Amino acid sequence: MARGAAFAAGLRLESHKALAMQRPLQVAAAPALAMVALDQGGGVAASSAVNPGMRVRIGTEIARPGDAASAAVHSPVSGVVRDVGPHDIVIENDGADTWGVPLEPVPWESLSAAGLTDGIREAGIVGLGGAAFPTSAKLTAARESSVEHLVLNGAECEPWISCDDALMRERAGDVVLGAQVMMRACGALRATIAVEDDKPEAIAALRAALSCAGDDRIGLLAIAALYPAGAERQLLATVTGVEVPHDALPPAIGLVCQNVGTAAAVAAWVRTGRPCISRIVTVTGGGVNQPANLEARIGTPLAALVAGCGGYRGNPTRLIAGGSMTGRALDSDAIPLTKAMNCILVASGADLAPRGPAMPCIRCGDCATACPAGLLPQQLHRAVLSDDTALFERHGLADCIECGCCDYVCPSQIPLTSSFREARARARARHEEMRRAAEARQRFEQRERRLAAQAQAERRAFDEARRRARGDGPPSGGTDAI
Amino acid sequence: MPGAMAHRQVVPMQFEVSSAPHVIAGYTVPRVMTQVLVALVPVAGAHVLLYGPGLLLLLAVCAVTALACEALALRLRRRDPGPFLRDGSVLVTAALLALSVPPLLPWWLAAFGTAVAVLLGKHAYGGLGYNPFNPAMVGYAVLLVSFPLEMTRWPVPMGAEWDAVTGATALDQLRTGLGQRLTMQEIFAQPAFGAVGDAGAQWVNAAALLGGLYLLGRRIVRWHIPAAVLAGMAVPAVFMHAIDPGAHAGTAFHLFSGATMLGAFFIATDPVSAATSDRGRLFYGAGIGALAWIIRTWGGYPDGIAFGVLLMNLAAPLLDRYTVPRIHGHPKR
Repeated sequence: MARGAAFAAGLRLESHKALAMQRPLQVAAAPALAMVALDQGGGVAASSAVNPGMRVRIGTEIARPGDAASAAVHSPVSGVVRDVGPHDIVIENDGADTWGVPLEPVPWESLSAAGLTDGIREAGIVGLGGAAFPTSAKLTAARESSVEHLVLNGAECEPWISCDDALMRERAGDVVLGAQVMMRACGALRATIAVEDDKPEAIAALRAALSCAGDDRIGLLAIAALYPAGAERQLLATVTGVEVPHDALPPAIGLVCQNVGTAAAVAAWVRTGRPCISRIVTVTGGGVNQPANLEARIGTPLAALVAGCGGYRGNPTRLIAGGSMTGRALDSDAIPLTKAMNCILVASGADLAPRGPAMPCIRCGDCATACPAGLLPQQLHRAVLSDDTALFERHGLADCIECGCCDYVCPSQIPLTSSFREARARARARHEEMRRAAEARQRFEQRERRLAAQAQAERRAFDEARRRARGDGPPSGGTDAI
Repeated sequence: MPGAMAHRQVVPMQFEVSSAPHVIAGYTVPRVMTQVLVALVPVAGAHVLLYGPGLLLLLAVCAVTALACEALALRLRRRDPGPFLRDGSVLVTAALLALSVPPLLPWWLAAFGTAVAVLLGKHAYGGLGYNPFNPAMVGYAVLLVSFPLEMTRWPVPMGAEWDAVTGATALDQLRTGLGQRLTMQEIFAQPAFGAVGDAGAQWVNAAALLGGLYLLGRRIVRWHIPAAVLAGMAVPAVFMHAIDPGAHAGTAFHLFSGATMLGAFFIATDPVSAATSDRGRLFYGAGIGALAWIIRTWGGYPDGIAFGVLLMNLAAPLLDRYTVPRIHGHPKR
C-alpha cells in the first residue's frame, strides 16, 4: 500500500482535481500571436536573439539564457517576429507549423552523460513542476556529486492541478523513457517514480509502462496523498526515509529529484529531437466553462487558453498561475503561458472565498501542527513582528518552504506565508548590504594600507636623498647623526 | 512601434490579486470561541442543578462587565472594538471566571473580578494574544486573596443531607480534618464528600470532562495540555496515597474535586498564555497539575488550579525557549 509521509505534518485538502480530469488530455490550438516571455520563471530573464521582422520556425532559438539558472527559449510557432519588448517576444504565427530543427530521434544510448546534458540544455528543458530551473544544470550537479538515486516527482499534491496526472495516465511511457535518459545523464543507478495514492489510474498506467520497459532499476511508489507531499525535501524524506540536510541540496545525500513532466519533456526530445516549446497545463476552476488539461505552446496568451476551454463562466474573481496554495495571482489574462505554469486556475468567488481581516495571533499552534517543515510559525510570526533576526534564525525562517499550510489553518487569518516571504527578502537584502559594506570596508582598508606604504616609501626615499645630499653614507645602526 | 503594439491584446480581463495561499480553512477565532462556550454548557448545567441558579446571575454580570471593559479598553487604546467584541474570547474569560467562583458570590465582587481580569489581566499587556497570564485566573486570584471569606463559601449541593446553606468544600474539609487528626474514614464520612470526590464538584467535574472530550473531538483543543495536567496531578496523588494513605486522598478524589477538569480542559488550554510547542505544553500541563496538587496538599487555599496555571504562565516563555522542535533537515538536538 501507499507509504505514509515522513515529514512533520501537512494537510488533507479538498483536491478539486476531478474537475479538469473529466476530459481527456487535449492539444490546444497554436496561438495566432505567440507572446513568448523572456522570463520563463527560472533565474535571470533570457535575452532576445531575434529582431522584429525576422522569420522564425518552430524550435528556432529566440532567446539565450540570462544566467546559469535560466534556460534557452525556442519559438513555439513558425512565422514572423513582430515585436521584441522588454518582457516578451511577439511572433505572428503563419500557421505553416514548419520546424527549424531536424526532427530526428536523439541516439541517447550512445551519447555520453555530458553530451546528454548539453543536448537537454540546448533543448531548453526546465523543471516543469513549477520551479523552471534548467534540467541540465540540475542533472550536471547531480552527476558531479555521483548521485545514486533519481526520484521522479509525480505526487502533484496541490489542489486543482492535474497536469501530471493527465500526463502519467496518457504518456506513462514517456515518463519511464525520460527516467532512463535522466539516469544516464546524471549517473543514478536507480530511480523511483513517486505518485500520490489518489491517482490510481496514473499508477496503473505507469505500472504497465514499467513492465513494458522491463527496466528493473526503476521502481514505482504510491505515497499517501497529503499536502505538501510533493515538495522536494518532503518527498525525498518520504521516498528514502532520509532528510536532506537543511544547509545542503539533495545531491549531498546522493539524491536528485525531477518532475514527471520534465522527464516526459526529456523523452519527447530524445524521441523526436523537439526542444521544449509546449507543456501540459491544467485550465480549471469555477470560472471556466470546460476545465481540461491542455498541451499548449509556450507563449499562448492565457486568454486564448481560456477561450479554448469554452471561455469564462460567470464572473471569475481571480486568475492564478499554479494552485490555490502556492500559485501566483495574475492581474490580467494578457499574460502568456510560460514553462513554469502548470495550472491556470480561473477561480470564481465561491472557489476562493476572500479572507477576512487578520486578528492578533492567539498562539493556538494550529500552524505548528500543520507545518511540514517542523517549524513553529506562531513563534516566527512574533519574530517577524519584532524584526528580530536572531529569533528568525532560531526558529528556522530559512527552512520555510512557503507551502501555505500555516495560513490555511490560522484561525486569526494572519497572512503568515507572505510575511515570512517578505522577511526572507528583507534578511537577504540585509545580508547583501552587510556583504557590500564589508567589501567596501576591505577596499578602504586596503587603500589606507597602500597609501600608508606609499607614504612610508616616499619618506624613506626622501630621507635617503637627503642623506646622500649631506654626503652621509647609508644609514647603519647606532651611527645616526643625533 | 505602434503597429507592433496593436498585435497585443486590446482588452484584457482584469482580476483581483492576492498573495498565496489564496484559500484558507475559514475556521476563525469567533467559531473556536463559540465551540468553547458550547462545550461549557454541560458544566453550567450541572452547576445550576447542584447549586441553584446563582451561576446564571453571575454569568450575566461577568459577561456584561467583560464586554463593557473590553469596549472601554479598546476605546482607550484607540482600536476598533467591533472585531474584538465579536471574537468571543472575552466571553470565554467571563464564563470561566463565573464558573470558578462560588455561585453565591455578591454580584459586585464578580463584576470587580471580571474588570480585573479584562483590564489588568488582558489589556494592560496589549490585549488579545499578548497577555502572559490567563485573564480569568488573574481575576480569580485577585478575588481570592482579597475576599477569602466570600470566595470559599460554597452552597451545599442539592441532595446532600446537611443542615447548612453554605459550607466548605471537600478539599477544604480534607485539609481541616487532617489538621484535626481525623482519620480518612472520618473525613470522607462528612456530607461534603461524594462517592468519588466533592459531593457537588464531582458532578461538575464529570460535566467538564464531557465538555472537554467534545473539544478534543472537535480538535479545538489538542490532548497535550489536558492529559499533562491530569497526569501531573495523578502521579503525585497515586504515589503519596500509596506511601501514606492516612494523610493523602486518592487520585480519583483529586481528579474529581475542585476545578480539576475545568482547569485541565478549559483554563490551562488557553493558548495565549500557555507554552506553544507540543513538548512545551506537556511540561506546562504537568507543572500545573503538580503545583495544584502541592497547593491542595500543603497550601492554605481552597484549590490550587488557579495558582498552578498562573505560575506555569510565568514559566511558559522559558519552556518555549527550550522546547523548540527539530526542524526538517536539521540534526537532532
